[in-house]
Amino acid sequence: MKREIPLMATAVIGIFMILSFFVPHQLVSVPADFLQTSAVIVVAFGYVLGGANALRINFDAIYKRREGWPYKIVLVAGLLTMVTVGAIEGRGFQGEHTRFTWIYNSVYSPMQSTMFALLAFYIASAAFRAFRIRTLEAALLAVAALIVMIGRVPIGDWLTHALPAPYRLSALQEWIMDNPQNSAKRAILIGAALGVMATGLRVILGLERSYLSGED
Amino acid sequence: MSLEVTAGARGWRWSSAAGVVLMLLALKARAEAPAAANSTPAPAPASGLEWKDVPNDAGHAVELDWKPSPDEAHPGVVATYVLERGPAPGGPWSVVDSTTGGSTTKVDPTLDRGVSYFYRVITVGPGGRTPALSVTGPVVATSQWFNTTRWSVLVLMFLFFAFVLWYIWSAQSGKKPFVRRIPGIDAIEEAIGRATEMGRPVLYVPGIQDIDEIQTVQGLIILESVAKMTARYQTPITVPVAYPIPFTIAEEMVRSGYLHAGRPEQYDPNSVRFVSPEQFAYVAALTGIMLRDRPAAHIFMGSFYAESLLLAETGFSTGAIQVAGTANVHQLPFFVVACDYTLIGEELYAASAYLSGEPRLVGGLKGADMMKVLIILMVLIGCILETLNLHGFTQWMATQ
Repeated sequence: MKREIPLMATAVIGIFMILSFFVPHQLVSVPADFLQTSAVIVVAFGYVLGGANALRINFDAIYKRREGWPYKIVLVAGLLTMVTVGAIEGRGFQGEHTRFTWIYNSVYSPMQSTMFALLAFYIASAAFRAFRIRTLEAALLAVAALIVMIGRVPIGDWLTHALPAPYRLSALQEWIMDNPQNSAKRAILIGAALGVMATGLRVILGLERSYLSGED
Repeated sequence: MSLEVTAGARGWRWSSAAGVVLMLLALKARAEAPAAANSTPAPAPASGLEWKDVPNDAGHAVELDWKPSPDEAHPGVVATYVLERGPAPGGPWSVVDSTTGGSTTKVDPTLDRGVSYFYRVITVGPGGRTPALSVTGPVVATSQWFNTTRWSVLVLMFLFFAFVLWYIWSAQSGKKPFVRRIPGIDAIEEAIGRATEMGRPVLYVPGIQDIDEIQTVQGLIILESVAKMTARYQTPITVPVAYPIPFTIAEEMVRSGYLHAGRPEQYDPNSVRFVSPEQFAYVAALTGIMLRDRPAAHIFMGSFYAESLLLAETGFSTGAIQVAGTANVHQLPFFVVACDYTLIGEELYAASAYLSGEPRLVGGLKGADMMKVLIILMVLIGCILETLNLHGFTQWMATQ
């Protein structure tokens, strides 16, 4: 019964949610909306487990003086500070002028922006490797990328202004983006969508049951 | 000036009486409207406000249409139309929405199902506001039993399920379908073997989305097979997770993997870590793990966004063997560049069946392949029909 009941619940709720896609009537849409919003309650309990795990692992690392343990102190202090300030602020803790928001905007947001800014350097290093021409495919990729990159900035048209409009770099890059790029992207998306449906069906039918636990 | 009332069987008397009152008020308001600097007169009111229920919905929307103000003919006199809604023909009125001059239709998607409402339209211009001369109601939104624009999805879904079930049944009866080799999935075991030789851990990342994202579900399903391999090779695994529900499932998956490998005592409760749902906090934690613990294999399976390249490039700089899989097409190029192997789109969903080798799961893959053949045929048929100026098929495929 430990496995049968979750399998049955998964199958019934899965089929019901599929039904709600086709039946907008309130007899189906209201319970379907309720099921989706109920997930928030489960998630709230999940955060308690997650927070406990974060504290346990980091306290353990501090206690055993593992590599980088002083950073763990900063992490635990940050976690406890935000929880405490949020609890003191009460219901409207995410309001515009709360201390919680001030800490978030003044401490976390700049750090987040810093991490995101690293992407510019990583794109440069990744592009350098991607455009090394060693095979015919790599050559095609490099040429297409060059056309798209130059065609998207004004210098592209300036360089090719003597050509008829359909042969200028801006038109060529548009053709590459609209045709080969778009068709390849859609092929991947269709394949992925079918994969999603197949996975969903396997879970509903109980064929994919590894999420239930390891005990048979 | 005629009084126009769209009234139901129960509400016409109220509506008519309210209409007269509103007409008088409108005339008064128009007469008293403050003159604009250039003496633009207040616009003449819109008329003929009618409603119809929006089909194929859960009973929360109606479409409202009206005849434009006669002053539309004079540029600059009409600026906007404001739609107001009230519980009775006499109000009180509250603004629902507004639209620019020239528009004569608006959908109100904010109704409570089965409740009666009354509507009026107000014409607004530089010369002032002219309340409507008519009120429309009672307006009641209703829900439907079937969304008729989704017939095509229903038919294709049944076909797809039929294909999958047929091949599953076929596999169960002993006919194992052929599945092509997927180098990216084969590379997972190779990566774990390398980590074992180097005596370093394996890092498994199940994406940065919550459990409502099917790629996260797939990433967690693959995790069990990966944990089984790491248990067999006696190599530690680290699984940082971004959301609490995937975190609890990931714990279960890793424990299950060790159990199935016959080494439950080797399971480390600290191997699965809850990090943070904040995107770049998660990236900071992961890059920290990569640089401090130096895992020899990084496996990224799930849904990724801007962090894909940050993670993959940091991993590349540590010299780890990297295998990634995602269905987010915009992140695939980053993984292809920075990782040794990449599972593209559907390969991610095929991974669990491929790794388990269970005929019933592999049968599902064959069903998806048949559906792809059908979709290719439908694309060709659609192209031919559209070329012949026949639009019925593409219209049937369009959904709302």
